[in-house]
Amino acid sequence: MAEAAAPAPRVRPDGILALGGVCLLAVAPPVLEALQADYLLPTLTRMLAYGLAAAALDLVLGYGGLVSFGHSAFLGTGAYVAAALLHHANRGTPVVAWPFVVSGTSEALIILPAAAAVAGILAILIGAISLRTRGVHFIMITLAFAQMVYFLVLAVPEYGGTDGLMLPGPWRVGGFPVQSDAPRYWFAFVLVLLFMLVAQRAIQARYGLALRGARQNERRLLALGYPVFAIRLLAFTLSGACTGVAGALLADVAMFVSPDLLSWQRSGELIIMVVLGGQGTLIGPLIGAFVLLALEEELSAVTEHWMLVLGPILLLCVLLFRRGIWGMVSRAAYSG
Amino acid sequence: MLHTLAEPLLAVRGLTRRFGSLVAVSEVSLDLLAGECHAVIGPNGAGKSTLMGMIAGEIVPDAGTVLLGGEDIGRLSVAARARRGVGRTFQITELCSEFSVRQNVLLAVQTRFASPFHFLRRADRLSRLAAHVDAALVAAGLIDRAEHPAAILSHGEQRQLELAVVLACRPRVLLLDEPAAGLGLSETEELANRLAALKGRIAMLLVEHDMDTVFRLADRITVLAEGRVIASGSAEDIRADRAVREAYLGEMVDA
Repeated sequence: MAEAAAPAPRVRPDGILALGGVCLLAVAPPVLEALQADYLLPTLTRMLAYGLAAAALDLVLGYGGLVSFGHSAFLGTGAYVAAALLHHANRGTPVVAWPFVVSGTSEALIILPAAAAVAGILAILIGAISLRTRGVHFIMITLAFAQMVYFLVLAVPEYGGTDGLMLPGPWRVGGFPVQSDAPRYWFAFVLVLLFMLVAQRAIQARYGLALRGARQNERRLLALGYPVFAIRLLAFTLSGACTGVAGALLADVAMFVSPDLLSWQRSGELIIMVVLGGQGTLIGPLIGAFVLLALEEELSAVTEHWMLVLGPILLLCVLLFRRGIWGMVSRAAYSG
Repeated sequence: MLHTLAEPLLAVRGLTRRFGSLVAVSEVSLDLLAGECHAVIGPNGAGKSTLMGMIAGEIVPDAGTVLLGGEDIGRLSVAARARRGVGRTFQITELCSEFSVRQNVLLAVQTRFASPFHFLRRADRLSRLAAHVDAALVAAGLIDRAEHPAAILSHGEQRQLELAVVLACRPRVLLLDEPAAGLGLSETEELANRLAALKGRIAMLLVEHDMDTVFRLADRITVLAEGRVIASGSAEDIRADRAVREAYLGEMVDA
């Protein structure tokens, strides 16, 4: 982490690099179309969604120092909330009939807050218990909760059980149906950008200072009077809610949800994205998501034993770039 | 005994803590008046650190309680006691080592201004906080080191920084757990000067092995041995107390 670096110049080289990346992502749809490669757009959207989830995990893992091995629970919950609302809207049946009626909807501006809310509430419940533990115990208890959610969803036949659930159609944003890949991509892009900007501010604000301080020295923070548990629970909750939004985006781009999104492998992938890209950097996990998914895609096209190749590559990356890809880049930017 | 007339700022009442069959602290009571320095001395294993831990809230006592300004804080958490004005330095310095010196102080200063639940404005750009941070850094003689990570400071500087961090919270009561531990002669001297300058403004409960520092700073001294108070009184009384001299002070001076 470059938290205590010398007084930063107004424009930092890594800032320019990040801005360049944002511009590149912003113009991706027309560029890909010109290159006649617009079939890649859904993949890019998927990368953005995973990037959002990884960056959200980074709040807890990188800045909070809490290794959550259960973020697939929030990813899957967000996806299933989106799928259920679309599914019931299509059928004209209520999602919840008792104690109050919740009907389905295909409006993304309702679906996304709903996904965030349900995943966030789940995160409060899981966090309130898990955050009483430390270290390996925290890893195991978050994993255990995610497994519980996994089996819970498997047990609901309405949403397809192990087979998963096909979405009846795309959602609408502000009443306009999102029919093609480009608007869907841009929608995800704007959400990721918004998250990055707000999260970046929050970690430099008084709250972020306290969250990062608690990772470095909990005893000192408590002795200064900081409500460390509440600070961490809030980070966990916001992280879970944003991961839920990422899950909803994934559901929409795939037009399909399955319990696979809730499996512990997804939690592991999110951790790999964070560590690979550089924990405690926000941008790093987004890059990590792009790199990991691209590697998966490319390697699986070459060989069915792609995991055998991916494993050593990841190992090398972690060994060579201790601070992750973005950690190395921003460090080189400082010294160079 | 002029002290007993005044209402104590911090009152320790019958604190007791056992670890298995070992009684680490047994029915210890002591008062800390506003602005005074009250030293707790005793050989290793006398229960000084356990006593500090119970006053700060880290260790749950088996019996007894702690009053701060008349309020019973004996069941409150560490953070809740800190918010009521209990500041603490540790035997082994506790700092956020990756943060810069400035960030460490900022973290303390911001506790005085509302809750930490503010999300949108950069903490290091809040001018009303920055003024207090600069003042604290100047007072601690660390302004030249402000942008360095706490981890690269010397041991003495880290001790200085920890004291500056705690003072930046404007505590009502300062718990100092062996502040001179590991310091050289001149650093100890400097520390004693700093603490002496605080006398009259902040009440200090001082646990310390360095007797020169203790007798220089303390208005009153309580002597612990095997978890019990064996003597308590003004610094002069304790210095003159034959039992204490023979049983403890002689040992310490020789050691």
